[in-house]
Amino acid sequence: MIQLEQVTKTYPKASRPSLDNVSVSIEKGEFVFFIGPSGSGKSTIIKMLLHEVSPNKGRVVVNGKDVTSMRSWKRPHFRRSIGCVFQDFRLLPNRTAYENVAFALEVIGKTKAVARRVVPEVLELVGLGGKEHRYPHELSGGEQQRVAVARAFVNRPLILLADEPTGNLDPDTSIEIMRLLDRINRTGTTVVMVTHDSNIVNQMRRRVVEIESGRIVRDQARGVYG
Amino acid sequence: MRVKYVLSEVLVGLWRNVTMTIAMIITMAVSLTMLGASGLMYRQVDEMKDLYYKNIEVSIFLTQEVTPEQRDGLNAKLSGDPLVKEVLYVDKAEAYKRFQEMYQDAPDLVNAVKQEQLPESFRLKLNNPEQYKNIYDQYKGTEGVDEIVDQSRLLDKIFDILTSIQNIALAASIVMAAAALLLVANTIQVAAYSKRREVAVMKLVGASNWFIQAPFVLEAVVAGLIGSLLGLVALIAAKYLLFDGSLKALQGLLSPISWGDILFIFPLMAGVGGLVSAVTAWVTLRFYLRV
Repeated sequence: MIQLEQVTKTYPKASRPSLDNVSVSIEKGEFVFFIGPSGSGKSTIIKMLLHEVSPNKGRVVVNGKDVTSMRSWKRPHFRRSIGCVFQDFRLLPNRTAYENVAFALEVIGKTKAVARRVVPEVLELVGLGGKEHRYPHELSGGEQQRVAVARAFVNRPLILLADEPTGNLDPDTSIEIMRLLDRINRTGTTVVMVTHDSNIVNQMRRRVVEIESGRIVRDQARGVYG
Repeated sequence: MRVKYVLSEVLVGLWRNVTMTIAMIITMAVSLTMLGASGLMYRQVDEMKDLYYKNIEVSIFLTQEVTPEQRDGLNAKLSGDPLVKEVLYVDKAEAYKRFQEMYQDAPDLVNAVKQEQLPESFRLKLNNPEQYKNIYDQYKGTEGVDEIVDQSRLLDKIFDILTSIQNIALAASIVMAAAALLLVANTIQVAAYSKRREVAVMKLVGASNWFIQAPFVLEAVVAGLIGSLLGLVALIAAKYLLFDGSLKALQGLLSPISWGDILFIFPLMAGVGGLVSAVTAWVTLRFYLRV
């Protein structure tokens, strides 16, 4: 599903590479944590999978598509097969939960009728049934992140990328979000999550890839943090 | 649905920053009016040149003491000259008749001038009115020739003035266009900033580039087109108030501007207004949206 083959990325003006000869292979339906200190290069991997940055060396293959050689005009269509969740939720403040999710469908050309059918379903799935018409500021942090997950998942992507999704949440709420991601993973969606949160990693007992200074120092099938 | 979405975004965008939108439209309108006026004048001057140069003459006035031999010799020479299309001899009687006609409103003047005082002349039509200089050089020194007058000299002055007015209009149009361009760029920046969250989400979920950019570009294009419509209104008002109004006295001199001319110039204005806006918006987005 995802292959990084001897990937090296050095940002301009950086003294050392952000990723240094990294190779990882992730199968369909896997749940993988990328852990490591700030600046270790975890987020660079997410950006590469989104075709936001390109490696200097090596190859990145996502969904059978070679992202390295992908032209930028193909990027929009490519991204429709990937859902993405961030630490800061990135919701539109002037739209309700429903509208936030529907927006993601409508801007890729889905009709309002499709949105009316699919959005309530996915909001129900993330546990926001009955709160469709609340605005982000009327929702708790955890609920906002659920909206973000709903938005990422509504298009039934093959891959869900989560960049520190629990970074702004308290431990209990974080666990709930993790349960949600786990449920999504059980539908067959590959989940790649970058995190600092040792509790979560230790509880989930999933594959852990640890990165330090741009190198993989550990890749464990049912790992813990640290 | 997508078309509806884009159009509603355009309207919202124009309304969001309505003072800037108005400034943009006004500048655009002034610039395009100038452009239109300059285009109309260009056609006008061309038409007038055709009209006037076709009818102008070079007059060779003869001295009072000219002998019949000199006159006949000159006539023969002129008739054989390849530069000359037509030669008309005007004797004293004919000259006097023309003089009387021309000044029929001033009988005192007509009475004061006697037929013998008026010079005989040859009136020439040239194959190419711009070759006046050759005629002048060739016949200036001829015996019996007093003076050579070229009407096109006078016309050239008039046309010089018209051309410079036209150039001023064009220059004003370009300066205003530059101002309009900056306003468009600024409006698009503000729009891109106020919609940065939406744009970020759209990019994230894979909305196509045209879909992200279209509302911004169309916003500018709509403003440009409204500007060109206002420019059209301004030109119509100018024709109505100036040419059919206070400048009506000059109608014989200026060839009239028809409604057709104005309608003909409108696509140019609309095209330039729309295209300049679209390109400016698109280039601005390259820098501020990075889609």
